[in-house]
Amino acid sequence: MDFLQQIGHKTLSRFASLGRATRMLLGALCSMPNFRKGGPLLIRQLYMVGHQSLLIIMVSGLFIGMVLALQGYTVLVDYGAEDSLGPLVALSLLRELGPVVTALLFAGRAGSALTAEIGLMKATEQLSSLEMMAIDPLKRVISPRFWAGFISMPLLALIFSAIAILGAHLVGVDWLGVDSGSFWSIMQSQVSFEQDIVNGLIKSFVFALIVTWIALYKGYDCIPTSEGISKATTETVVHSSLAVLGFDFVLTAVMFSS
Amino acid sequence: MNTRKIEILVGLFVALGVAAFVMLALKVANAGISGNGETYTLEAKFDNIGSLKTRAPIKVGGVVIGRVEGIRIHPQEFVPVVSMSIDRHYECQFSDTTSVSILTSGILGEQYLGISPVIASKSAKQTCLGEEVVSNDELDLGELFGVESAALKDGDMITDTKSALVLEELIGQFLFNQSSE
Repeated sequence: MDFLQQIGHKTLSRFASLGRATRMLLGALCSMPNFRKGGPLLIRQLYMVGHQSLLIIMVSGLFIGMVLALQGYTVLVDYGAEDSLGPLVALSLLRELGPVVTALLFAGRAGSALTAEIGLMKATEQLSSLEMMAIDPLKRVISPRFWAGFISMPLLALIFSAIAILGAHLVGVDWLGVDSGSFWSIMQSQVSFEQDIVNGLIKSFVFALIVTWIALYKGYDCIPTSEGISKATTETVVHSSLAVLGFDFVLTAVMFSS
Repeated sequence: MNTRKIEILVGLFVALGVAAFVMLALKVANAGISGNGETYTLEAKFDNIGSLKTRAPIKVGGVVIGRVEGIRIHPQEFVPVVSMSIDRHYECQFSDTTSVSILTSGILGEQYLGISPVIASKSAKQTCLGEEVVSNDELDLGELFGVESAALKDGDMITDTKSALVLEELIGQFLFNQSSE
C-alpha cells in the first residue's frame, strides 16, 4: 500500500510541477509586448546569455571540426574517398552536432547561470519584493531571459557549425592535403539548404525552448535555501541535457528518416 | 555608457550569427540547379535505374548541365522514367539520336546521368526554335542518308538509353558464359 501511495505521490507531484512550469511560461509569454521597456532588458539578457557564451561555443566548434576532419580522414583515406570529407563534416555538423553540442554547452554555460540567478532572487525574496511593488516578476525577470535564450541559441548553433566547418577545412585541406576545390564543391552538391540547414535551425529552436524553459523553471521553483539552489542548478544541467538528447532522437527520426 | 557597450557587444553577437547563416547558406549548401538560369525538361525511359536519385547531376563529358528532377514509373509500360531539368542554354542543341546512360563516379561513388550528345543539324535546330528554315549550302549528313533527325526540345523523350549496371546481373552473366564454355 505504501509503495502504491509513493508511486501516486510521485506521479501527482510530477504533473503538478509540469503544470507550474507551463503556467510560468504562459505567464511570461502571454502579455502585450512592451518594446520601450522590454527592449533594454532583452538586450541586457542577450548580452549575458548569448554574447558571454560566444567564446566557449567558438572554441569548442573549432576543435570539434578539427577532430571530425582528422577522424573522418583516417577512415576515408582507406577507401580513397577523402574527397568526401567535406560533406561528412558538414552534414554531421549541420544535422546533429551543431544543434546538440551547442544546446549541451548552452545548458552548462548559460542555463545553470540562469537557474542560479533566479534561485538566488527567490531566496533573497527579490521576486516577492517585485510583486509587492506591483511588478510582475514573470514579465520583468522571466520573460526577457526566456526570449534571450530562444533567440541566441540558434545563432550560437549557426556560429558553431560555421566555425567547425572552417576548422575542418584547416585540418583537412591545409594539413592533411585534401583538395580544397573538391572539399567545397562536393559539400555544396551534397548539402541542401532546406533539408539540412533549415532542419538544423528548427532543431536548435526546439532545444532553445527546452533548455531555457527548464533552466528558468528550476530557478523559479527552487527551494529558497543555498542547498535548494545548488540542487536546482544541478537538475537544470542534467535534465536539460537528457531532454535535448531525447528530443534530438525524436526530431532526427521525424526529419531525416525517410 | 555601460548600456552602449552592452548594445555594441550584442550587435556583434547577432552580426556573427547572421554571418554564419549566410556562410552556411551560400558556401556550404548547394544553390539550386546548375547556375541559376532557366531550365527545360527532357525525359528518358530506362529498363533499370540502379540507385539513381533525384538531384543527381547530368553531365556531358564530365561537365554538369542539369539535375535529375524526378523519377517515376511509366503508367503503361512499367519501366522507370527519369525527368531531367537541363540548362535552357542547351535547348535545341542535341539531336534526338542523343543517348543517355546511367554511370557511376568512382567505385563507391554516386550514380549520375551521362549524355553523349549528337549535335543537331542546323535545319533541325531552326525548326525546333521555331525559326524559318533557311536552306544551307553545307551538305547535311542526315539528309544525305535520307534520315530525318529532329532537335530535342522541352518535354521530349530520349529513346536511346543505357541502364545502370547491376552487379548481380553482371556476375550472373559471367557465370553463365563460363559454364557454357
